[in-house]
Amino acid sequence: MNSAFDRKDCSVVLVGPAGMGIQTVEQALVKVLKSAGYHIFATKEYMSRVRGGMNSTSLRVGSVPVSAPVERIDLLLVLASGGVTHVSGRISSSTVVLGEKEHFSQEMPSGIRTIDIPFEQIASEIGNKLYSNTVAVGLLGAVFHVEEPILEDFVQKRFAGKEPKVVEENKKAIQAGFAQGLRLVQSGLLDIRLQPDPRVKNQIVMEGIEAVGFGALAGGCNFIGAYPMSPSTGLLTFLAKHGKRFGVVVEQAEDEIAAINMALGAWYAGARGIASTSGGGFALMAEGFSLAGMLESPLVIHLAQRPGPATGLPTRTEQADLDLALYAGHGEFPRAILAPGNLQQAFELTRHAFDLADRCQVPVFVLTDQYLADTYYNTEPFDLSDVQVKHHFVETQEGYLRFALTESGLSPRGIPGFGRGFVAVDSDEHDEFGRITEDLSLRTRMVEKRRAKEKFLIEEAIAPTVWPASKKEHLVVCWGSTLPIVQEALEVLGREDVGLVHFPQVFPLHPSTAAILAQARTRICLEGNAGGQFARLLKAYADVEITHRILKYNGAAFTVEEIVRRLKEILK
Amino acid sequence: MLDEKVFYPGKLDIAWCPGCGNYGILRVLQKALAELDIDPHNLVMVSGIGQAAKLPHYFNCHYFNGLHGRALPAAFAISAVNPNLTVIAESGDGDMYGEGGNHFLHTIRRNPNITNIVHNNMVYGLTKGQASPTSQRGFKTPVQPAGVINEPFNPLAVAIALDASFVARTFIGEAERTKEILKQAIRHPGYALVDILQPCVTFNKVNTYQWFKENTYWLEGHNPLDRRAAFSRAIEESEGGKLPLGIFYINPNKVPYNQAAGIYETDARPLFQRSVDLEKLKGLLQSYKE
Repeated sequence: MNSAFDRKDCSVVLVGPAGMGIQTVEQALVKVLKSAGYHIFATKEYMSRVRGGMNSTSLRVGSVPVSAPVERIDLLLVLASGGVTHVSGRISSSTVVLGEKEHFSQEMPSGIRTIDIPFEQIASEIGNKLYSNTVAVGLLGAVFHVEEPILEDFVQKRFAGKEPKVVEENKKAIQAGFAQGLRLVQSGLLDIRLQPDPRVKNQIVMEGIEAVGFGALAGGCNFIGAYPMSPSTGLLTFLAKHGKRFGVVVEQAEDEIAAINMALGAWYAGARGIASTSGGGFALMAEGFSLAGMLESPLVIHLAQRPGPATGLPTRTEQADLDLALYAGHGEFPRAILAPGNLQQAFELTRHAFDLADRCQVPVFVLTDQYLADTYYNTEPFDLSDVQVKHHFVETQEGYLRFALTESGLSPRGIPGFGRGFVAVDSDEHDEFGRITEDLSLRTRMVEKRRAKEKFLIEEAIAPTVWPASKKEHLVVCWGSTLPIVQEALEVLGREDVGLVHFPQVFPLHPSTAAILAQARTRICLEGNAGGQFARLLKAYADVEITHRILKYNGAAFTVEEIVRRLKEILK
Repeated sequence: MLDEKVFYPGKLDIAWCPGCGNYGILRVLQKALAELDIDPHNLVMVSGIGQAAKLPHYFNCHYFNGLHGRALPAAFAISAVNPNLTVIAESGDGDMYGEGGNHFLHTIRRNPNITNIVHNNMVYGLTKGQASPTSQRGFKTPVQPAGVINEPFNPLAVAIALDASFVARTFIGEAERTKEILKQAIRHPGYALVDILQPCVTFNKVNTYQWFKENTYWLEGHNPLDRRAAFSRAIEESEGGKLPLGIFYINPNKVPYNQAAGIYETDARPLFQRSVDLEKLKGLLQSYKE
């Protein structure tokens, strides 16, 4: 790479062991590059350990919006030996490798351009080798033409409250790094010129899991009992961090069984609870999930997928718990499954989940995955203009019947302590009041009453999004977190005859599903699992035949290039 | 004082065997609540599964009759989101100490303002006579034909070990004293365990009314503020002694969950009366621009 860098975005990868500062550099870079007006995207892959191993963070810095991972590496910052080997498959002749020479010289394939920077030596001269990371941030800032005051301002804010010596020395470190970077730019060794975009300044930068958290707060969530489990833990942390200010009760449960029963107790008494976990935790929740069906309780479940079975790959990604969400829970009762594709959807759909659950008295899933949870980029601020939580419980009168048989199947939901009626719910089959019954004809009517609520879920189902709107011969079908990756892949592919259909709601399907998919000759379903679970769902519930599948189940997210390659194989 | 009849739901087909200890518990609890002037409209009974767990059905009040073993997490949440409710979690020994054993431990640690009543008849009733966690050694059942070999679960010792804020045991053959203990437990701010010994007239032919009379005695001269003494009284039975009855332990210094968590520090309203603060949400969103 040199001054002739002509892409609209630059792919920067940081690689090193856990605990070595990848995250520090990443977070600093994101802040300063965004301040400079660049679009920014970051995703990480990491091992299930606290120290050591080898992790990497992939950043994209753009003059245009970037929201998908690529394989290509334009600039690789190596923080330790072993780093080059860890990402060797992504290095090409256009990659520039940056770091301490002894960290990469042994592993470097020939023909790759390397730049040796004595980060530790520079940092030690300033006062402490721990400042290496700050030096790196200064250097990369200069290479991206970030103005020096932005970098200094960052240091000032980042180390605010620390002793003056630390602030001063970090300032020196960032200046030293900046000088190194300028040297590279001036000598033509490394110079990345991207056009800043004035829109970026007013945009937000957020992780997927935080967007879910925001959606929860906007949806009126005020109770979470949860057991920590990657990759769902970020939601518990988010709500714990902000809970007090927003009046959210946050309790770390002893297990997932307790967590979901707590959430049901909270809904019963008029609060809005969320159960948040990953596949293994949700397996434990299945009994409580079925209870939600029987109690006709609203419930929101955030299920952040990771590869299974069992413990699987705890810190990696997969979309293989769709069947789990679809079929979990003994007995028959309706449910909805929402699967956000990007940050805006993570916010909107989580918020929507609370309203939908409350209105229809059903459990609603927000199905995410490690990739979505741990990925962040800049986006327009969420639209809070119409955030208004409307509760759907009623003030009860004497003689109130929680499970009154009505024409629609929905019985007005009362809560204890609000009105003159008694709110009685039971996990046994029950009569209209909520008392145990073994009246078998009543049983039949109660089953029908519970199932009847599915028609509301279908009426309110979110339609799949089709790009472009015109008729296409080939359609790529995807759901959940793969949306931006497929979008960019189709742009790269650049074929007029290929379109995209994305499902932000995977169950129940919107009634337009079959007609939308029928227009194409080829229907390619892309999903992050081995069984083609969504393709099966489309067959079972919309009678749509998928003609081709693109599946991935190694624990890594799809990349743009990979999707392009696999589409080319199919669309020869 | 309310008339206890406010808790009578009218004529119902009750699923308990004639002579069951559950009838006594139902009556005593209704009396205790009436004497405490608790409005049935502010009372939530939370139960699990089993014959004991059916008690709320025979009560005029709100109830959440949930899953086997899972009453405590639901009861905890109900009491956390609406502090104006009187929350009683009640079920049998199998439900609370077996299936729900983990929740029993951790609910004690949370110290929510709930009363935990356990009908302890040392046997499984609804599943027809298997051993329960509190069945005594040598107790023969269709599943333990040679007699129970496992150590009986000692709920009082466990609760005291966890510094539960109120721990008592009583015997339903002693209605008046049971009622007084229940009243104290319900009034107690924080978690209160009342283990109520009761016979199962159908499946436990060993631990009968007569047996309980002969094998229990009331604590006298015991200081319930003395945790070590309480623990030592709680393990007498494991050492072959009789089962003591009474209030074993009270820790008046424990802070109830809602207070410790500060849920109602600045806003006394239950959660269902609150709404999301849009201005704060906008402020939080703004912070993500940097």
